[in-house]
Amino acid sequence: MKNFLRILFLIISIGCVSFNSYSAEKIEYLKTDWSFKGLFGKFDRGALQRGYQVYTEVCSSCHSMKYLSYRNLSEKGGPEFTVEQAKAIAASFEVKDGPNADGEMFIRPGKLSDKFVMPYENVKAAQAANGGAYPPDMSVLVKARGGGANYIYSLLQGYEDPPAGVTLDDGVYYNKFMYGNKIKMANQLSDGLVEYADGTQATIEQMSKDVTTFLMWTAEPHLEARHQMGFKVIVYLIILTILVYFSMKKIWSRIETEV
Amino acid sequence: MSDHEYVPKSKFGKWFNDRLPLLSLASHLTDYPTPKNLNYWWTFGGILTFCLITQIVTGLTLAMHYIAHADMAFESVEHIMRDVNYGWLIRYIHSNGASMFFLAVYIHIFRSLFYGSYKSPREVIWIIGIIIYLLMMAAAFMGYVLPWGQMSFWGATVITNLFSAIPLVGEGIVTWLWGGYSVDNPTLTRFFTLHYLIPFLILGLVVLHIWALHVPGNNNPVGIDVKKPSKDTVPFHPYIVIKDGFALLMFMIVFAFFIFYTPNILGHADNYIEADPLVTPAHIVPEWYLLPFYAILRSVPDKLLGVVAMLSAILILAALPWLDTSKIRSAVFRPLYKQFYWILVADVLILGYVGAMPAEGLYLLIARVATAYYFLHFLVILPVLGLKEKTLPIPLSITESVLGGSPNLATAKNKESLNN
Repeated sequence: MKNFLRILFLIISIGCVSFNSYSAEKIEYLKTDWSFKGLFGKFDRGALQRGYQVYTEVCSSCHSMKYLSYRNLSEKGGPEFTVEQAKAIAASFEVKDGPNADGEMFIRPGKLSDKFVMPYENVKAAQAANGGAYPPDMSVLVKARGGGANYIYSLLQGYEDPPAGVTLDDGVYYNKFMYGNKIKMANQLSDGLVEYADGTQATIEQMSKDVTTFLMWTAEPHLEARHQMGFKVIVYLIILTILVYFSMKKIWSRIETEV
Repeated sequence: MSDHEYVPKSKFGKWFNDRLPLLSLASHLTDYPTPKNLNYWWTFGGILTFCLITQIVTGLTLAMHYIAHADMAFESVEHIMRDVNYGWLIRYIHSNGASMFFLAVYIHIFRSLFYGSYKSPREVIWIIGIIIYLLMMAAAFMGYVLPWGQMSFWGATVITNLFSAIPLVGEGIVTWLWGGYSVDNPTLTRFFTLHYLIPFLILGLVVLHIWALHVPGNNNPVGIDVKKPSKDTVPFHPYIVIKDGFALLMFMIVFAFFIFYTPNILGHADNYIEADPLVTPAHIVPEWYLLPFYAILRSVPDKLLGVVAMLSAILILAALPWLDTSKIRSAVFRPLYKQFYWILVADVLILGYVGAMPAEGLYLLIARVATAYYFLHFLVILPVLGLKEKTLPIPLSITESVLGGSPNLATAKNKESLNN
């Protein structure tokens, strides 16, 4: 068994080296207790639904969500709106479809199978409307940023007046968590900006947490299934390992050598 | 190879075996006499076979859903992650599987270094192993390009650009590799083709690796030749099978932890940003398993010499059986070599660490010292050590070393027990 401790130690130390090397630029992000962390981490259903509301009412006017479909909103492990609610949400968007039999494009209400409607026709249009900066697609945004959920959560609350000596161009804002502190997105959140249906106080902190939870789900829609399966798999493997260990001891007892 | 003639019991079995001796092969594999003192460092061969099969099976499944096109690759990976049944599981097994494969291969290689498994008569096994390792790096690099994220694109750009360091024909070779004048769709499609091909080349080489192993048989922690079959050996089945199985299960627990709880920790966040030829990431870093060589590449100021140094760092391993002049295989009986061995391990870990850091200031200095030491170890320390070192007395047989009872074993035994 001593050898296993050694192997384990080696694996851990290699893991630490590679882990540290990627988180080299350390900024202390704001932290909060994410419901989706840990062995049994699940999404907070309420937070996902509220986060969807924040995304739709605030973010979606500039940020696309191109890998999600409206049907995802009612799927297990997500915000779990009822199918009727999801249909109603889809129908509230106008989708360009076609060409029809006459060769014309036409506008119709959204369906569950539609992808989330894009805020802009194309990247150029998005840049033109945002002072040259392209608002990144939000589908996998949490996984595409080094700090993950904590980074997004902090960034949304990181706006402050620039310190003396820092001059900002037009359309550039100061954010203490942004790489280089300069960001082209203005502060979007203010207390009471949205009105939550479930009566939760819409503070900046609350909205940041809700929308970040929502973005974590959009980036990892199968996170809950993954955690549940992972626990079962590991418990199964541990039990099997123990059984195999004793079988091995038994088999090797025919030889005088220690295993 | 087989030590006794195998005769199938059934009539049909005999008829078939006379025409294609598959049953004899199976018999050889199960009876294969294996030194009974193999420790757990020897289980990584089996683990690596498992890794290869896992990568091939998950890779085939992914290839059914993946689209090798610059405009659709990223989206098709997201399609796999979201809409393909258990696509997330298959992709995470495959992406983390690459890391686990390298983790295992590094342990496997360093086990060989410690116990001198590359020495006569096992040079061919070792060299085939080095070729497998090179192919693994090529496969892993090309596989990392396929999701067509930012790090895929820029990693591909940096690595393929290395060939431009070749005098005269370098630029031409790079254009030829790219299939154009920059990394683009033709690059992606050929990388996909090669990424699909290489694992099967590796599989073939693994067969040769094992075949070559079965000629002299396994080395062992004591590093002495064993008579086979004898009191020093056990049949592969069931003794080694169950032991390898047990170690594999332990390995799978670690593997499962990565897949289910930290599936992205070994990757880079930038690879979830779709490739953009107009935006260069702040730091372009390869996957962790290539970092030591990346550090060597960057520690040399000249581009061509850097590439030469990086390649030499790998190829020098192939010359190891002749660079190491010591006749004693196992480091257990080489007190000085053992110390240099651990310094080398530390040196490679340091190279890996600085490989992930920006190549400037103190990091660059450390990288240069570590690179110099790496070559010093193989080119100077090993040849000299083999001639100068005073080794400990080695036991005459494994049974003797396990049970004790030999007068010249008094000193060796304590050391040896550390590794059993």
